[in-house]
Amino acid sequence: MAEKKFEKGRMVPVPSHSIIPERDLGKTPILECTHLGIDFGGLKAVDDFTLTIGRTEIAGLIGPNGAGKTTVFNLLTKVYHPTRGTILLDGIDTAGKSTIQINRMGIARTFQNIRLFSNLSVEDNVKIGLHNQEKYSTLSAVLRLPAYWKKEKAAHEKALELLSIFDMQDMAGYKAGSLPYGAQRRLEIVRALATDPKLLLLDEPAAGMNPSETAELMENIAKIRDTFQIAILLIEHDMNLVMGICEGICVLNFGQIIAKGTAEDIQNDPQVIEAYLGKRKEAAPC
Amino acid sequence: MLRKFKSLKKTARTDFFTYLGVVVAFIVMFALQQAGALSSSVSSWLVPICCFIVMAVSLNLTVGILGELSLGHAGFMSVGAFSGVIAAMSLSEAIPFAPLRLALAILVGALFAALTGVVVGVPVLRLRGDYLAIVTLAFGQIIKDLINCLLVGYDSNGLHIIFNLSKLTIEDLHMDETGIAIIKGAQGATGIEKLATFPAGFILVMLTLVIVLNMVRSRTGRAVMAIRDNRIAAESVGINITKYKLIAFITSAALAGAAGALYGLNYGSLVSSRFDFNTSILVLVYVVLGGLGNIWGSIVAATVLYVLPEALREFQDYRMLAYAVVLILVMLATNNDRLKALLGRLLPRRKEEKDRG
Repeated sequence: MAEKKFEKGRMVPVPSHSIIPERDLGKTPILECTHLGIDFGGLKAVDDFTLTIGRTEIAGLIGPNGAGKTTVFNLLTKVYHPTRGTILLDGIDTAGKSTIQINRMGIARTFQNIRLFSNLSVEDNVKIGLHNQEKYSTLSAVLRLPAYWKKEKAAHEKALELLSIFDMQDMAGYKAGSLPYGAQRRLEIVRALATDPKLLLLDEPAAGMNPSETAELMENIAKIRDTFQIAILLIEHDMNLVMGICEGICVLNFGQIIAKGTAEDIQNDPQVIEAYLGKRKEAAPC
Repeated sequence: MLRKFKSLKKTARTDFFTYLGVVVAFIVMFALQQAGALSSSVSSWLVPICCFIVMAVSLNLTVGILGELSLGHAGFMSVGAFSGVIAAMSLSEAIPFAPLRLALAILVGALFAALTGVVVGVPVLRLRGDYLAIVTLAFGQIIKDLINCLLVGYDSNGLHIIFNLSKLTIEDLHMDETGIAIIKGAQGATGIEKLATFPAGFILVMLTLVIVLNMVRSRTGRAVMAIRDNRIAAESVGINITKYKLIAFITSAALAGAAGALYGLNYGSLVSSRFDFNTSILVLVYVVLGGLGNIWGSIVAATVLYVLPEALREFQDYRMLAYAVVLILVMLATNNDRLKALLGRLLPRRKEEKDRG
């Protein structure tokens, strides 16, 4: 399989000890987390999480199982409210906001264990993503006023257009729950995109995909970034994907960031190697 | 024309046949009734069937579309029935034209049931889990007892309402000589003028279908079904969970109230125990048997299961036994793969759709 080289930006440092692509310098970063942390009882699930993501950056969040990656996503989307620290989305503090408000402010996500509306059609799933884009009142729906027809038509066209990113427009009429696994993951991404996000969070988008599907997914993630000019933060265990397309990578272990940097920095970081492979035994004690 | 029809979406076609079925059934039954071909007992079923169709379709909105279990749907019917009866009887002088009075009574019934829906729904639907089932169960019981304590009368000075906690009687309303007693506590409402007609029932069924089907096939309906299928995902795409749960629940309550008002105005007298827990469960059975989320299924189930026990009256003690056996058989049959396969062979179009989906 031919290795495809993805166009990555040159990474430059910013004041919060993160690096962002050079092209995003001078613009408000899409996401700035400072000293973010959450405790579950006595357990510090995430602690001192400081990260900046540029406006059009593809960033990766990796780490061993149980490191707190999904917890970070849940903090960003306010499923959990942080115990400490701040999250700035596009320069605006998100303290006290609800999951729904966060989505309207511009964060959309997918889930590690797929959460589709499985009894509804593929098209309806995307249309539900368009809920806050193509608005009309319940009254105009019941009375079938012109607003209903206009917005429904627009939603239908937009849904098919979004589905065409993954060549899924032919599946529009199928029940979402009946799709193969890989297609369900792609549909979740389309649904998230339908909410018109500025930052897209992907939780293990390649889980359960075969290598050729993963390669295709990599191309599509890059395509989504280029077309929509949004930032993408992804959690992934497939290192080919992470090292292949992520510009900035953040490594989490036991709730703490142990390394940040480009793919090269991460691959050579002794702490990262230790977290993944374990500590090299020095001389065995006799 | 035919090609245009074929190009319609599957749901649009289903809806079309639902409306068509109801209209055809109405025309046939109405013609038979006018021709005098129906026995008086069959004639007397027509309005209650319409009421229970509206009940089943509206409960389907809560149970099938929203996915919340409600065990007190008869409570909303009761609120609608008694407020509708009060409205109709108080307005009998002011509005002599009966159909208009009936329409107003139904509107009043729907409004009061909707208000009750707000009172029950707002605190409960904010919670996650099965609280709605418990609270609506209690609500159904409470509303019955509350109405048992009501004394309502109407005279030239307007409405008189007493909430009877001691041993008051209708005399304690101190109405003048024009006064009529509307609700007499546990005796219920008596002397009701029978305003309900079969055409009115048909119109109510059609209105209910338009409201429910148009809502389900819209942004609102999709949001409600998204909440049913996956609450967390619905929140993540920015759907206001409480708002859409309330819209579905209150619409359902209002329609039940409208059905109640029509039902109440179909009889000379009305007691609150007619809308007890058994009635709620009966409507729930219609919904479950017709298929959760399946509107035409609710219509068919309500009709068949209303007619069945009535038609079995001659078997007296055995009729509830026969009713139960039929319920079990239908449940078994609809879950039988072999029978489904047989149906699939008999209806080729259905099979084709199954293969595609």
